[in-house]
Amino acid sequence: MALPAYAGPGETVWYYTYRGICALIFTFLIVPIFVIIPLSFNAEPYFTFTPEMLSFDPAGYSLKWYEEFFTDSSWRNAVINSFIIAICATLISTTLGTVAALGLSQSAMPWRTAVMAMMISPMIVPLIISAAGMYFFYTRIGLGSTHLGVILAHAALGTPFVVITVTATMVGFDRSLIRASNNLGADGVTTFFKVIVPLILPGVISGALFAFITSFDEVVVVLFVGSVEQRTIPWKMFSGIREEIRPTILAVATLLVCISICLLTTLELLRRRNERMRGLSPG
Amino acid sequence: MADTTMTTADGIPLKVSLRKALMRQKMRALLLVAPLFFFLVITFVMPILDMLFRSVDNSIVPDILPRTVLALEDWDPDVAKVPPEAAFEAMVKDIQVGYEEKTIGRVGRRLNYENPGMSSLFRKSGRRAKNIDAAPYKDALIAIDDRWGDSETWRVIKKLSPKYTASYFLQAMDMQETVDGEITWQPEEYQVYLNLFWRTLIMSGIITIATIVLGYPVAYLLATLPLRTSNLLMILVLLPFWTSLLVRTTSWIALLQTQGVLNDLFVFLGIVDDENRLQMIHNQFGTIVAMTHILLPFMILPLYSVMKTIPPSYMRAARSMGANPALAFVRVYMPNTVSGVGAGSILVFILAIGYYITPALVGGRTGTFISNYIATYISGASQNWGLAAALGIILLALVLVLYLLYDKIVGIDNMKLG
Repeated sequence: MALPAYAGPGETVWYYTYRGICALIFTFLIVPIFVIIPLSFNAEPYFTFTPEMLSFDPAGYSLKWYEEFFTDSSWRNAVINSFIIAICATLISTTLGTVAALGLSQSAMPWRTAVMAMMISPMIVPLIISAAGMYFFYTRIGLGSTHLGVILAHAALGTPFVVITVTATMVGFDRSLIRASNNLGADGVTTFFKVIVPLILPGVISGALFAFITSFDEVVVVLFVGSVEQRTIPWKMFSGIREEIRPTILAVATLLVCISICLLTTLELLRRRNERMRGLSPG
Repeated sequence: MADTTMTTADGIPLKVSLRKALMRQKMRALLLVAPLFFFLVITFVMPILDMLFRSVDNSIVPDILPRTVLALEDWDPDVAKVPPEAAFEAMVKDIQVGYEEKTIGRVGRRLNYENPGMSSLFRKSGRRAKNIDAAPYKDALIAIDDRWGDSETWRVIKKLSPKYTASYFLQAMDMQETVDGEITWQPEEYQVYLNLFWRTLIMSGIITIATIVLGYPVAYLLATLPLRTSNLLMILVLLPFWTSLLVRTTSWIALLQTQGVLNDLFVFLGIVDDENRLQMIHNQFGTIVAMTHILLPFMILPLYSVMKTIPPSYMRAARSMGANPALAFVRVYMPNTVSGVGAGSILVFILAIGYYITPALVGGRTGTFISNYIATYISGASQNWGLAAALGIILLALVLVLYLLYDKIVGIDNMKLG
């Protein structure tokens, strides 16, 4: 949107004002993410910049909150729990979600809209309601305060993302490839692993990433369905902010920002690969 | 006459064969969907149904006071002020059994929701009724506590005798059923939930409008810039989207609190005095700012995808026909983006009204949502699962209506991510 050559002075002023407004909004979006990074190196237990930090005095900076994070056993447990729960939940939701998406994208699938609505519902229903219902029901059937309970709950919350991304990939899928494969003598299993999977893989991976981050970042369900034994990173952060607010949380937050940057990069690379494979120019 | 039905090579009529093949395809599709379907039924649908059940469930009273419920069946409060001796005898038996099995406290707590004071009445009677072993039971119970002689006490118990009750829903809507069976508003000082629903809706509305105001210009910029630049700027939108919710909430606490970054900056710039720093957190303002930031990408992304489809030639055509830029934008461009605004708004609104974490951390007392009350009633000091379930079901109904609206505007199938 370059400024056209015929623009008058009013338009020129507006053009730069508008860019300025957008710059402010981008600042609003991004500053809160990055402000915590320098704060996490604070030598004092405050959530703000100390005068020493502002004068770039090395004494104002310290790695002690990182040290505390890496040496504290309850944080270590939280990290282990987070990864166990997120990985197991992602495996379950990716497997079930991919298979279901294959079924949903077949033309013969009956009651498609209704089934699709049901499979997306965990994403729509507010978390507090899912969490409350799961708390009631899982306690009743003996899954309350267990790792399995939290994993199943997170898997349920993650499936809609897998179903959506894989069905979206299947829209551009050429079904004659399956017929060609059958024609050339491959059985159903071979066709699935040699023809279908490589083609839908980008969709599956990005769905799995969504499912992973859903579980990894989820706190409401863990708070209700889990107990201290299932304490995850978000749980620790949540109770940390509520009870004793320490900059260790800022150190954890900084590490989490790094993780999300990695995730974002992976997804972007996947998207580019997908576009290349489909012959869409990246512009 | 020759048989004109078309057949396959092995002599089966083509129609039959085709139907069979279609049936097989249908079955295969269903088989693929089945595992996830049953998984979700157990892990997700049953919990919601359980909550629905709990919102009307009233089995505590008939389960723990079975004899009393039976004895009160024939009692008409309009004819006799207090029930007959048989009901008192049944109550003594029920209390004795309940005290033995330690269930009497639960019934007291349940009745206490309807009539404050019942909990202490049952606790007191539980301790002392174990010595009553002969008639007259009526006098013995009244000797323990006068309230057993009140018509009100018995009316409440009779009212809560059925296995199912609407009382939680009534309570969730600030109403009550009086002992005479009339449905009235709660006394003024007990009316909280309707206000709370209003506050949740209004704050979600403000957040939605704020995301439109902030999201529209950015989406427009992204949609009109060359793809290379806009892809780069898109990272600024996607990074917050992918960053942990708790990280973003934490950073807003660091920015907004009284000793926080923004207040320090204001003091440094001389905008406010050091003594009266601005209170920007633990109130509605804090919730609105933090949630607008968190939900902004959900507005920008659908807006962007709609704006991307509007050919730039429309604006040029409008200009060449004499419209000034503002008019061309309002009359030509904006009407084309209505569906994106609609989709984004409903998405943001749905997400906002169910939010729990952010309001709980930055909302203080005035910036909390209905979901914070649901959480309090489940695990907080004032446990009341029935009321929590009823509030949850009402919230769920609201969300489902919006969901259907979203389906009408965008279509569930067209939901896109990232």
